[in-house]
Amino acid sequence: METLWRLIQDPNMQWIFLSCTLLGLSSGVIGCFSYLRKQSLMGDTLAHAALPGICIAFMLTGTKSLLFFLLGAGAAGLVATFGIGWITRNSRIKHDAAMGIVLSSFFGFGIVLLTIIQHGEYGNQSGLDKFLFGQAAAMVGSDVLTMSIVSLSLIAVCTLFFKQFKLVSFDPGFARGLGYPVALIEQLLMFLMVVAVVVGIQAVGVVLVAALIITPAVSARYWTDKLGFMVVISGVFGALSGGIGTIISSLGSNLPTGPLTVLAATALFLISILFGPRRGLLAKRMLRLKVARSIDEEQGHKERQLEGGATL
Amino acid sequence: MSDFWILLTGSLVASCCGILGAFLVLRKMAMIGDAISHSVMPGIVIAFLISGSRDSLVMMLAAMACGLLAVFLIQLFQQSGIQSDASIGVVFTAMFATGVLLVSLYARQVHLDQDAILYGEIAYVHWNTWTLNGVSMGPIAVWLLGITLTVILVVIGLFYKQFKLCAFDPALAAACGIPVALFHYLLMGLVSMATVSSFESVGAILVVGLLVIPAATAYLLTERLSVMIAMSAGVGIASTFIGYGVATVLDASIAGCIVSAAGVLFILALLFSPSHGVIWKKWRLRRLAQ
Repeated sequence: METLWRLIQDPNMQWIFLSCTLLGLSSGVIGCFSYLRKQSLMGDTLAHAALPGICIAFMLTGTKSLLFFLLGAGAAGLVATFGIGWITRNSRIKHDAAMGIVLSSFFGFGIVLLTIIQHGEYGNQSGLDKFLFGQAAAMVGSDVLTMSIVSLSLIAVCTLFFKQFKLVSFDPGFARGLGYPVALIEQLLMFLMVVAVVVGIQAVGVVLVAALIITPAVSARYWTDKLGFMVVISGVFGALSGGIGTIISSLGSNLPTGPLTVLAATALFLISILFGPRRGLLAKRMLRLKVARSIDEEQGHKERQLEGGATL
Repeated sequence: MSDFWILLTGSLVASCCGILGAFLVLRKMAMIGDAISHSVMPGIVIAFLISGSRDSLVMMLAAMACGLLAVFLIQLFQQSGIQSDASIGVVFTAMFATGVLLVSLYARQVHLDQDAILYGEIAYVHWNTWTLNGVSMGPIAVWLLGITLTVILVVIGLFYKQFKLCAFDPALAAACGIPVALFHYLLMGLVSMATVSSFESVGAILVVGLLVIPAATAYLLTERLSVMIAMSAGVGIASTFIGYGVATVLDASIAGCIVSAAGVLFILALLFSPSHGVIWKKWRLRRLAQ
């Protein structure tokens, strides 16, 4: 408990805690839209696809600045998105296989670049492989600042365009009929997801960042049927998992932030699937029992009536 | 000699994955392959902690159990109303996170570093050999992969008709009295087995590349399942050879180069396939228009 208190007072820790919480919040919010648009695994694909972008950005600039990584990964993510769309449109390959192809070939290429960087004459490369699994504790002040600003702007954009995003997520055809630029809004949502994923990579790593997009949104779906509430709950779940993950990982020396954050999100998901009102497993079981009992009662009532009729 | 063993290991991995990948691509389950390859992680670490060795039957069984558990959980969540995409995402990230956490907690006991999990260590395959009565029998990985390939060939060969029907029309298969669920889990078990035995040589993420990319390439080139399976394995083996060559020239990750080579072959098939290639289709359209 004392160590925990000391950690909370440590200003460095406070910053990292704050940025991880904000990160969880923003990816939880974005995740809701991608869940409703049935694109949950796009987050995973974008994260893997970001690796070559990050490596190329490093090779070109020679610095480990989050901003350049963001640009490189964003560009790679957009190429990956267009690649998937192009493959599914122009061949008989289905969406899931196209995702698998793009994901693994981009990642494979990224690993080739990463090993070239490691074996080559790029001096200051140590820590680049931290991107694979994420290590929030390794972040420096400027990273924290960039991450917080980006997360806050993601949330701001989502609040501004909430109505449009809602419409496009539920009924793109209707949105088109109303005259909204649906393709543009869809591209914007995809771009926001790319940004959320890239920022998340630093904290939880390429492989696990998808969980920050998917898990809080799925959990939030168990608590409400209204998109507004769902976005808020998902954001809160994301923020909670980010915060809990950072705190637990700072308690021990060998505890990586990424997996802990993901496991915290999974724990929240399990709680939701069990205890969610109406949709949760417990609520469903209760409902079934109640219905069974009322049927029993009705049956009993009828039988009594029948018996009554027989004696008359 | 090391070249020979690396190429042999790579070809075996490519054959195992290529054969199973054909079914995954046809059943639209490419991302389930991805999920399984990530989910076997905790099984591998736990088995390693128990048995203390890398190449053991315990590891194979534990990892298969984890793979099947992942498939089961994905199905369970799907049935309780979560979209299939999202349930895949939730399950595999949770299991992979558990695996990574276990590796970092027991880093001293477990000689599996995180890099090896991601990229594999195909370059060191020939160092880890197996001796029987004092006679060196070659790398353990090759034996393990050989056994896996044999099992896959035997199972698919015996139930080829059933697997084929389940791949193209599960409803008809169920109507014909084929236990579709059983074959589903059998296929998933084989995928887990292939993933585990390939794991050490090519790493967790690149297994997916070899499962999906060659199969998709073959899917663009043929209309027959048997030809597709053979082609898929062939494309995988070709990528292994090209990738290894490129990797030696560039001094880069072998597994990464193999998957990149597979990606390039896929692009070539996508553009120039005689029946489904984009360029031929355009050309045919233009000729029709004239």
